Amino acid sequence: MKALAARRHHRLAPVVLLLLALLATGGVYALLAPSPASADSANVQDIETGKKLFQANCATCHGINAEGSDGVPSLVGVGAAAVDFQVSTGRMPMQMNGPQAIEKPAQFDAEQTAQLAAYVASLGDGPAVPTADQVDPSQGDPASGAAIFRTNCAMCHNAVGAGGALSEGKFAPSLMHTSATNIYQAMLTGPQSMPVFNDANVTPEEKRDVIAYLMEQREGSAGGLTLGGLGPVSEGLWVWVVGLGLLVGAAVWIGAKSS
Amino acid sequence: MSDNQHSTDLTTPGASQEVFADPGMPEHKHRRADHEPAADKRAELQVVVLFVISILGTIGSLIAYFAFRPDGTTDGTRFSTLTLGLGMAFALLGIGLAAVHWAKTLMSDTEVSEERHAQRSPDEVREVAVQKLQDGVKDSGIGRRGVLKGAALSALALFPLTIAVPLVSSVGNDWNVGKFRHTRWEKGMRLATDPTGRPIKAADVTIGSVFHVIPDVSEEERTSHEWITEKAKAVVLLIRLDPRDIESDQSPKGQTWSHEGIVAFSKICTHVGCPVALYEQQTHHLLCPCHQSTFDVANGAKVVFGPAHRPLPQLPITVDDEGYLVAQDDFDQPVGPSYWERLK
Amino acid sequence: MTTTTTERAAAGAADYLDQRTGIGHAVKEFARKTFPDHWSFLLGEIALYSFVVLILSGFFLTMFFVPSMALVTHHGAPNTMDGVLMSEAFSSTLHTSFEVRGGLLMRQIHHWAALLFMAAIVTHMMRVFFTGAFRKPRELNWLVGTLLLILGLGAGFTGYSLPDDVLSGNGLRITDGVVKSIPIIGSYMSYFIFGGEFPGDDIIPRLFTLHILVVPGIILALVGVHLLMVVLHKHTQYPGGGRTDKNVVGFPLFPVYVAKAGGFFFVVFGVIALMGATMAINNVWNYGPFDPSPVSAGAQPDWYMLFLEGSLRLMPGQTEYVIGGFTLSLNILIPAVIIPGLLFTFLFVYPFIEAAVTKDKNEHHVLDRPRNVPVRTGLGVAFLTAFIILALAGSNDLIATHFSLSINSITWAFRILFFVGPWFAFWVTKRICLGLQRKDRELVLHGHETGRIVRFANGEYIEVHRPLDEQERWLRVNYTAHRPLEIEPATDSRGVRRKGYKNERRLARLSRFFYEDRVEPVTPAELAAAHAHGDHDELGSSESHGEITSGTQH
Repeated sequence: MKALAARRHHRLAPVVLLLLALLATGGVYALLAPSPASADSANVQDIETGKKLFQANCATCHGINAEGSDGVPSLVGVGAAAVDFQVSTGRMPMQMNGPQAIEKPAQFDAEQTAQLAAYVASLGDGPAVPTADQVDPSQGDPASGAAIFRTNCAMCHNAVGAGGALSEGKFAPSLMHTSATNIYQAMLTGPQSMPVFNDANVTPEEKRDVIAYLMEQREGSAGGLTLGGLGPVSEGLWVWVVGLGLLVGAAVWIGAKSS
Repeated sequence: MSDNQHSTDLTTPGASQEVFADPGMPEHKHRRADHEPAADKRAELQVVVLFVISILGTIGSLIAYFAFRPDGTTDGTRFSTLTLGLGMAFALLGIGLAAVHWAKTLMSDTEVSEERHAQRSPDEVREVAVQKLQDGVKDSGIGRRGVLKGAALSALALFPLTIAVPLVSSVGNDWNVGKFRHTRWEKGMRLATDPTGRPIKAADVTIGSVFHVIPDVSEEERTSHEWITEKAKAVVLLIRLDPRDIESDQSPKGQTWSHEGIVAFSKICTHVGCPVALYEQQTHHLLCPCHQSTFDVANGAKVVFGPAHRPLPQLPITVDDEGYLVAQDDFDQPVGPSYWERLK
Repeated sequence: MTTTTTERAAAGAADYLDQRTGIGHAVKEFARKTFPDHWSFLLGEIALYSFVVLILSGFFLTMFFVPSMALVTHHGAPNTMDGVLMSEAFSSTLHTSFEVRGGLLMRQIHHWAALLFMAAIVTHMMRVFFTGAFRKPRELNWLVGTLLLILGLGAGFTGYSLPDDVLSGNGLRITDGVVKSIPIIGSYMSYFIFGGEFPGDDIIPRLFTLHILVVPGIILALVGVHLLMVVLHKHTQYPGGGRTDKNVVGFPLFPVYVAKAGGFFFVVFGVIALMGATMAINNVWNYGPFDPSPVSAGAQPDWYMLFLEGSLRLMPGQTEYVIGGFTLSLNILIPAVIIPGLLFTFLFVYPFIEAAVTKDKNEHHVLDRPRNVPVRTGLGVAFLTAFIILALAGSNDLIATHFSLSINSITWAFRILFFVGPWFAFWVTKRICLGLQRKDRELVLHGHETGRIVRFANGEYIEVHRPLDEQERWLRVNYTAHRPLEIEPATDSRGVRRKGYKNERRLARLSRFFYEDRVEPVTPAELAAAHAHGDHDELGSSESHGEITSGTQH
């Protein structure tokens, strides 16, 4: 990691980062670890570019100095992690008003996202984008993660992270395809309806455990097809469709006259 | 209607004008296997093949059993389950389909008619039956020996008490339903994180945070088997709001049950007792995932939607000398679902 | 040679058995007993066979399950549960799933079979209801069947909770909340069930005994009664040529039905095995060991309990009252006790209500076509509609996420639909039935359209209609359109008010609801008249309304 840190300021760094991002979208989990940009390492130039991006794309709602307005949160002190989460998942910039901002293809590339994050981080202290180590599932303990997840997360996101409903059309999204970094950032910053789980509440190690647990769920179920991981309702639906469907078919065949 | 035996041939004048007559069973149509030896042979072969598939299924299942030892991983268990199950399914479906196919193609398919008889027993049988019962009643003298009848009935009615009394006295443990009123919380008890048991400092609870809280008891108590019953009443949700957002809480006049925007409410729903845990940071609403009762945390956890009636009870909290959050006291009312004598 | 040896051996064994049991009588009576053939008669068999599969797989599971709430630290697979403190019940469930070879398969087979058992019972009851198979002499068997439905719910509920996981534990907690809402004795009932405060450490062993002994024992006994009555009554049959209330037309038990029904057992078991092998069900390790604090989104019971869950979700909370210091939770009592009570009461009493308003004392062995009894069919569909609306309301959170709707709006929509939906379903179904009956009349009177147009010498065009053959016609005319009861006047000939007149009037009113709209079957006279007019002519249907009966046949 030291070698990587040393090259961070290389002029080819953005290219490398871009490549990394492309590879990540290709589905290589190991590389899902994010653009390792954090507030303290961002240089002045990044902040300047970020400011321009912000004023062009975000200031309409969040205000020219990110001070927010009625119904729009101030971004002072939200930190780089919040910006990276909102922008890299495409939730921001928001395209239309709805019960909540929804995930869509990201509007900015990894470099621009990092610049935006650097700018917002420069406005006030806030949580930084986690390092690759912090979100590495292989270093987490899935058993501890399962326990933390059950108590703190499952009531909204469902036992295996398949998502669930909130009030008035809002919902807790499925975590089946969320990157490890975004999961970490969401816990840390509490986007939208989600409460904040700061490091005193769920420690950084526990956050990594949660990520380890969630990554395990992507292996599917030991029992076979997961049927969406939605629990008894989908199981009930399938017993009517598959079980009773096949057997009524068989019964019709048994009752029909042979030719 | 079926009794009507008149002809319904419309060309014949004088047929019944009221009801049609039963045309009788439709003509029997023969199957191919009934008159084509080749079709018969083919059907037989199909049945044999199905039985062979069943045998192969059983063998496959046994091979799967010995070849794939589940290693405890998701993949390993899934593969073992799949192979054992598919072998079993083939073994069973082979037999089932073979038997049905056999019956359908090779066994007789001529429908036969069997007579039914009324369920009612004929009068003479009834007479004999009634006579026998009357003889028995007369023989026992139950009609005239009133005291005997009373004694017999009383004895029969009473004996179940020999089982019921010991059962009922013990089945509800000590029957002390007053326990619903008290939880593990007491004055000065620290609030700790669930399930890790770390005490919580007020400063750690940042705005927008939600902590799932249990009483700060010893590790020993938390691993005892009584704990689950205590925890079932004591779990609390700790939330910090911007103090300006708080419209009201449940503090009585002259007391403060919250601390600088930090409020603690029982997590047990006042509807039927599910853990109410879905906190929406922006609206300050708490939603129960079981039946969608919604409580407004900024307004004393009042019900704003759904089947619950009462607000979630608030746990009065403050901070101790070291800055840790502590309970001022137990809840001032029973937590969880309503029951008949709740207010008594 | 071998044949003779085998035959001799069989004869010897039979002789031995018969000398000691007189089994010859039974074989003579039953070996060639006739069973009618129809796919819908196999729905009940699906339920029966699922139950057999439940017993077989359940036996397997009891070998490894430990019904204890004592705490242990689990070691071993799955890794998300390694080193976690949990009850022995949960730990042994994990052990069965991950370390016993075929254990997870058996668990999944058991659970799928349970869901299928209930689904088959419900569809079987639908068949019995809509075809009127509950009529005399089968009313008692309908009651036994309804009891079996309730016991099936009980078996499912007690078994669902055994692994002691978070999901089923919250189900028990809801049960506790519902029980506590019962006036006066609620708190004590809760203590009675849980052996003290919820959850205590008695509930799993208690449920275990209920699940593997008491409930299946009663089910087994009632299944015996149910089947015995089927043998006594002989099976019903669908209407058709040569099928009357005095005979039964079908195939002999031995060998045809033995092969078909026996084969079907293997098909049912095979399909369940296929589901157990490929589709995950109730992965309790994802829910975790029971702990009163967590809950997961999608907290629902198995499908057959969803109507209760939905009923609880729909009820507004304003209906909790304090009367004289005592709390009356109508917000729980109405949805969790009264509504299911009404639904089951309807099932229990319906055959007797229909018999009363029909004043029909005959035995019925030929089934009704659902269209020929429009009000019964309508009531059945209304009942199902209410059941389905409640079950959907119990899934409102999943509907919200999957169709991007607001859960609050869905809840409001279902609150209204629960009252409007069944009425609407009744009305639509009844109209459809009457329409189909009229369509049947048209067919009988005018035959099938052939699409062949013929021009007469006088220039008139007609479409040639092909008359129905005897069997087709018989199917459409062989039914009774019951009429509303007629009652004697309120006073007798001497002007004295008759006793029981009020009850009779009430019954007559109910009878009118059932039978005032009806379509009479075509009579030969009408058909002859239609023929005389020519095939293409329109002949008014003789639907009767109210006390005014139209039609040519009377």
